[in-house]
Amino acid sequence: MSQDIGYVRTEMALPQPAPLRERGPLAWMRKNLFANPFDSVLSIVGFFIVAMIVPPLFNWAIVNAQWTGTDRTFCATVAQGGIQPDGWSGACWAFVKAKFGQFMFGRYPLDERWRVILVAIMFVALLVPLLVPRIPRKGLNSVLFFLVLPVVSYFLLIGGVFGLPHVETPLWGGLLVTLTLSFVGIVVSLPFGILLALGRRSKMPVVKMLCVIFIETVRGVPLITVLFMASVMLPLFLPAGVSFDKFLRALIGVSLFASAYMAEVVRGGLQAIPKGQYEGADSLGLSYWQKMGLIVLPQALKLVIPGIVNTFIGMFKDTSLVYIISMFDLLGVVRQNFSDAAWASPQTPASGLVFAALVFWIFCFGMSRYSIFMERRLDTGHKR
Amino acid sequence: MATQDIPQDVGGGRASLFYDPKVRGIFFQVLVIVALVAFVYWIIGNTVENLKRANIASGFAFLNGRAGFDVSDTLIAFDSDSTYRRALLVGFINTLVVAAAGIVTASILGFLIGIGRLSHNWLIRKICTVYVELFRNIPPLLVIFFWYFGVLSVLPLPKESIELPFGSFLNSRGFYFPKLVWGDGSMLVPVALLLGLAMSWFVARRAKQRQMATGATFPVFWTSLALIVGLPFLALVATGFPLSFDFPQKSTFNLTGGLQIKPEFLSLYLALSFYTAAFIAEIVRAGIRGVSSGQSEASAALGLRSAQALRLVVVPQALRIVIPPLTSQFLNLTKNSSLAIAIGYPDLVAVGGTVLNQTGQAIEIVVIWMVVYLGLSLITSAFMNWFNAKMALVER
Repeated sequence: MSQDIGYVRTEMALPQPAPLRERGPLAWMRKNLFANPFDSVLSIVGFFIVAMIVPPLFNWAIVNAQWTGTDRTFCATVAQGGIQPDGWSGACWAFVKAKFGQFMFGRYPLDERWRVILVAIMFVALLVPLLVPRIPRKGLNSVLFFLVLPVVSYFLLIGGVFGLPHVETPLWGGLLVTLTLSFVGIVVSLPFGILLALGRRSKMPVVKMLCVIFIETVRGVPLITVLFMASVMLPLFLPAGVSFDKFLRALIGVSLFASAYMAEVVRGGLQAIPKGQYEGADSLGLSYWQKMGLIVLPQALKLVIPGIVNTFIGMFKDTSLVYIISMFDLLGVVRQNFSDAAWASPQTPASGLVFAALVFWIFCFGMSRYSIFMERRLDTGHKR
Repeated sequence: MATQDIPQDVGGGRASLFYDPKVRGIFFQVLVIVALVAFVYWIIGNTVENLKRANIASGFAFLNGRAGFDVSDTLIAFDSDSTYRRALLVGFINTLVVAAAGIVTASILGFLIGIGRLSHNWLIRKICTVYVELFRNIPPLLVIFFWYFGVLSVLPLPKESIELPFGSFLNSRGFYFPKLVWGDGSMLVPVALLLGLAMSWFVARRAKQRQMATGATFPVFWTSLALIVGLPFLALVATGFPLSFDFPQKSTFNLTGGLQIKPEFLSLYLALSFYTAAFIAEIVRAGIRGVSSGQSEASAALGLRSAQALRLVVVPQALRIVIPPLTSQFLNLTKNSSLAIAIGYPDLVAVGGTVLNQTGQAIEIVVIWMVVYLGLSLITSAFMNWFNAKMALVER
């Protein structure tokens, strides 16, 4: 058969490399940076912006930065009473290094800081397996994380039992306060937010009305006023002699505020569930709580994971506002240390703030990336 | 047949009242009301007792008392002899000013960055992404502190001010720029401006009517521009340029003359604008991506140029997606302006805090705050709802 065919190729021809115009960095640049005159102008402006920002920033943060030192003289120029040459501008990482303990723990007594570190270790050890989908026993893990850990941490951090000295909350500060406020806010706001959202969609007019009033009022005012309310009005509401810890008042304020926002996110999810799901549950004879707990909420919450995580991120950032009712979270401690005479120099505020920004950024960015990961993983393809 | 033996139990009245959803609903609601009333009664009782013990008279009469403190930034006349009411009004106006300025800047910046994130240009896209990811993930208070303590307060002292173009100066006491001084007869200029605005509105209306009727277009934009800019200019020429500038002058310790923007306002304004712009950028990006690519392809098929396609086809549709979340960002910016208290810009919350410390009228001050912010929220959302309804898809 094949005799009359002169030549049959038995193997595939190797692909030829693309023409020179179409490959290499030059072609990439032509395509992505200089596609047309307007694009070229944009690119030049872009290069200009990068050149204006990146090299000075790099010089400030790395090249000219002062990494070691014991007081302000290391971070001040000669004219300002320090050792640096005139015109020097660099980050004062020595300040961050010297104050690192305060930034993490506030004024928590030095000898007791192991307790905070222990709580942090337990927190991470329980959080990581909870976040990695492949690790089994999620039920036990959540019980430990959401029920046991708070109780254990409470006794460890406050002390006063089992021979641990009592540490008052005004001594707490730094990242410890930021994380405690956010964690409690998250743990409290999710169930409260779900209840409020269910209440807002309830058929009972009184319940619905109360939930709407609460949610809209809290969402309509700034967090600062809610914190002020918690710090100055709450004591007025209580009978004489009963007083709340200031930290607890801030916790109540932050949790109330976050619950209202969470409620709106959850309501969005509830509204997205088709009516047939509710009716199907009813026709199976499920009670209200069975219907919500087994059929509606699992679907609704899955839909709004990005919104929930966004609320968490917002709350994490908002904890910095407790500085205004004179509590010292990470940002508050950094701010407080600007006025430390031993370290006051033109460079310390920027250095401290950049460090705080980095910490906040790592946490928030991590949360948002994790939410994107979970969203993809939970996407079962049922989206309409 | 076996089925006939099943007892008939269909009458609603026979089931126990306990299982009737209506009765249960009423029972629970009554329970909630009773609990709430009891709780409120308890709180009010405690509050009255606490106030009596602290010797604080409740009510808003204190607003007429003498303030006794000075406010650094005022747009209306205020001194320490003015009343608390006046002080709160000053704070309220300051809140409005910083919120309005922030909203305008954040919108412009946010739109540019949002479009930049969709650019074909790799560099612009990356710069915009870095901007958004950076500012979305740090607290606004930190951004405010950064501008205030990290940037503006390390600027040189007034006698070594940085000179900027147009006779303006930048130093640690703020930003100084020339003040426009209106001379005699300059009242004609705003009148001409108003006239120009009214006329261009009229022209736009007529042009639309004519286009609807005949299809003929009219260069509305250029006509309006000519009217709005040209008429005031003509007014200026007619009155013989009654304008002069009051330039800031360097003296030994300070700058005199010109207008000064204080660092507190500048930090708050810059921080709010930069922070909110990151969120607006994401909203704009989502809005533009929400318009299906078929729309721009169809407009290309109709022969529209890409700028026309963007203006006439894509943006109107994107706006529908953008407006509701944009509203909530504007509200967020207004609420975040209350962070002014952290750097001492006298907004409503900062002034209210001072009044609260002086008088101890905690409940009244917090109520004033809440009413004002709730009112602002309601007005803004009412306006944006109206705008949204105007832009929304009219389905036939």
